[in-house]
Amino acid sequence: MIPDFYKVSLVRQETHDTFTLELEGQDGQPPMSFEPGQFNMLYVFGVGEVPISISSGPGRKMPLTHTTREVGTVTKAMRKLKRGDVLGVRGPFGSHWPVEHAGNGDVIIVAGGIGLAPLRPALYELLSRRNHYGRIVLLYGTRSPDDILYLDELKHWRSQFDLEIHVTVDRAVGSWRGNVGLVTSLIPKAPFDPTGAMALVCGPEVMMRFTVQELRRRGVSPSRIYVSMERNMKCGMGFCGHCQHGPHFVCKDGPVFQFDEIEELFGKREI
Amino acid sequence: MTSPHQGAPHAPSVPSVIEPQGLEQLFAALLRRNYKLVGPTLRDGTITYEEISSPSDLPAGWTDEQQPGMYRLKTRDDNAVFGYAAGPQSWKRILYPSVLRLWQAHRKGGKVEVTVDKPAEEPRYAFIGVRACELQAIGIQDKVFLHGNYVDPNYQLRREHNFIVAVNCTAPAGTCFCASMDSGPRAKGGYDIALTEVILGTEHYFVATAATKFGTEVLGEVECRPANEKQVTAAEAAINAAAENMGRTIDTTDIRQLLNRNFENPRWETTAARCLACANCTMVCPTCFCHNIEDVSDLTGEVAERWRKWDSCFTTAFSYIHGGSVRYSPAARYRQWLTHKLSTWHDQFGTSGCVGCGRCITWCPVGIDITEEVRAIRDKDHSREEV
Repeated sequence: MIPDFYKVSLVRQETHDTFTLELEGQDGQPPMSFEPGQFNMLYVFGVGEVPISISSGPGRKMPLTHTTREVGTVTKAMRKLKRGDVLGVRGPFGSHWPVEHAGNGDVIIVAGGIGLAPLRPALYELLSRRNHYGRIVLLYGTRSPDDILYLDELKHWRSQFDLEIHVTVDRAVGSWRGNVGLVTSLIPKAPFDPTGAMALVCGPEVMMRFTVQELRRRGVSPSRIYVSMERNMKCGMGFCGHCQHGPHFVCKDGPVFQFDEIEELFGKREI
Repeated sequence: MTSPHQGAPHAPSVPSVIEPQGLEQLFAALLRRNYKLVGPTLRDGTITYEEISSPSDLPAGWTDEQQPGMYRLKTRDDNAVFGYAAGPQSWKRILYPSVLRLWQAHRKGGKVEVTVDKPAEEPRYAFIGVRACELQAIGIQDKVFLHGNYVDPNYQLRREHNFIVAVNCTAPAGTCFCASMDSGPRAKGGYDIALTEVILGTEHYFVATAATKFGTEVLGEVECRPANEKQVTAAEAAINAAAENMGRTIDTTDIRQLLNRNFENPRWETTAARCLACANCTMVCPTCFCHNIEDVSDLTGEVAERWRKWDSCFTTAFSYIHGGSVRYSPAARYRQWLTHKLSTWHDQFGTSGCVGCGRCITWCPVGIDITEEVRAIRDKDHSREEV
């Protein structure tokens, strides 16, 4: 339960309510090794600790990065941190996006809102071994154009032609020329071959539910669909009990689940 | 389910007989080995586990009457020292304290120094009078805190030098159902010494067996004689009678499947209408392990502390995530608790989370009875025919 203390090297406002922290180890601490989709428990001194997924690429080239939304006491205090401040880190915890099992089929990544943050390491991982995979398709939905995360990066990736990116917003504003509608509406015409395809999905539970439905309608096997769950967490080690989801502890059995493993409980209310 | 410190347990030794005065010697042998003795004693109108120093602290001549939402002490017509069932507090209070500071941290400039809280001396607890249901519960918490991917160092520290004197139960309460949970009344393992208290007319003695090397050593310092056949039979009869006299039962046949397919059973709502979501059942339960982590700081903001406190799945804060609580209705919270105990615990730890001690029934202010709930769900198990 003792965090390692990192130094904040960068604070970046992403959208009106989301921000990114880049961290560096102190005193030659070796970089954290983690898998895409895992999370850390981030501790603001004297305020509290919250689970936040890792958003940097799993290689050693990038600083340890977390993108989160300002929603509660801890994340609000986190937003106020400045370059040079300390932040406690415990982790990494949990299961990961199993991109190593993607084979040479297509990979479909479906993100809703800030759900893109835990998927970003998977994208980095896929792109770092680009020629191992088939088509890589990112379908991303946000509430409005102002809520699009990592906009510059998305533009950069789009210009590389080895990654299909389709973005949609629930509500458009005047200058928006892109898709309007839920992210699920992008699935029927998305350019991928469902045979052997792997899908990684992260967003609000209701978004994931309908996304899985559409993916299955396209013929993606439920054993090849992965979703990332969110629950209250206090320890990250399966002791505190808060993150239980039926038989699973989301902190150690998840947060990434193969869809067919949780299918029975998925979408049931108040699990 | 073994006491961790004495190595592999051996088969229980040949039973011997100890007179009531022998308990003095047993306590003395443990005190000589620097154990803190924790055992049943009268406090606040209940029998609770406290630090004790002599057999005179035991509640001789007392028993309890327990029913849903009811606990009352009564005198016995004999001088039995273990003639009662489980009180409000289980041993988890010692092994897994309800409030514990984990660390303190000081911020100096850009650095943070963390001091981990450790007791001044290694805790050496000898538990006196651990019932079979409680042994089972300790074994279950061992699985939670010691046998997963991570080990809880605080639990480990308290468990490491833990000596256990078990008592085979001969006085079950009206809310007990350990026999149907296959966790009692006879201690099956996880103890150093087991005693069975026998009172027959004017005779009062304990039939004792040791199950570890250390237990044998300690028992060797107590005046005892080999038990004769009659004494062994009397002890067995007392335990068998306890099994027959359980106030309650749970039919555990296919209980996991039963609960898994009754997620929508109307009974959850019926019970939730009575449930106060007070969390009493989770506090008294000897296996409930959920806790909260609280981070605090002093007024300067330079000193911070982390505390661990028992928490309960009956609070709305327990499942709170951005946007609201996952389990906002009391029905969902009751369902979570009951299905965790009897069904998903098996998935998580390979065992039931219920040992049949009956505390959740006794200490529920409105007398909700887990055995009755399971029966009611079984009765309304409409999907049974289709499965």
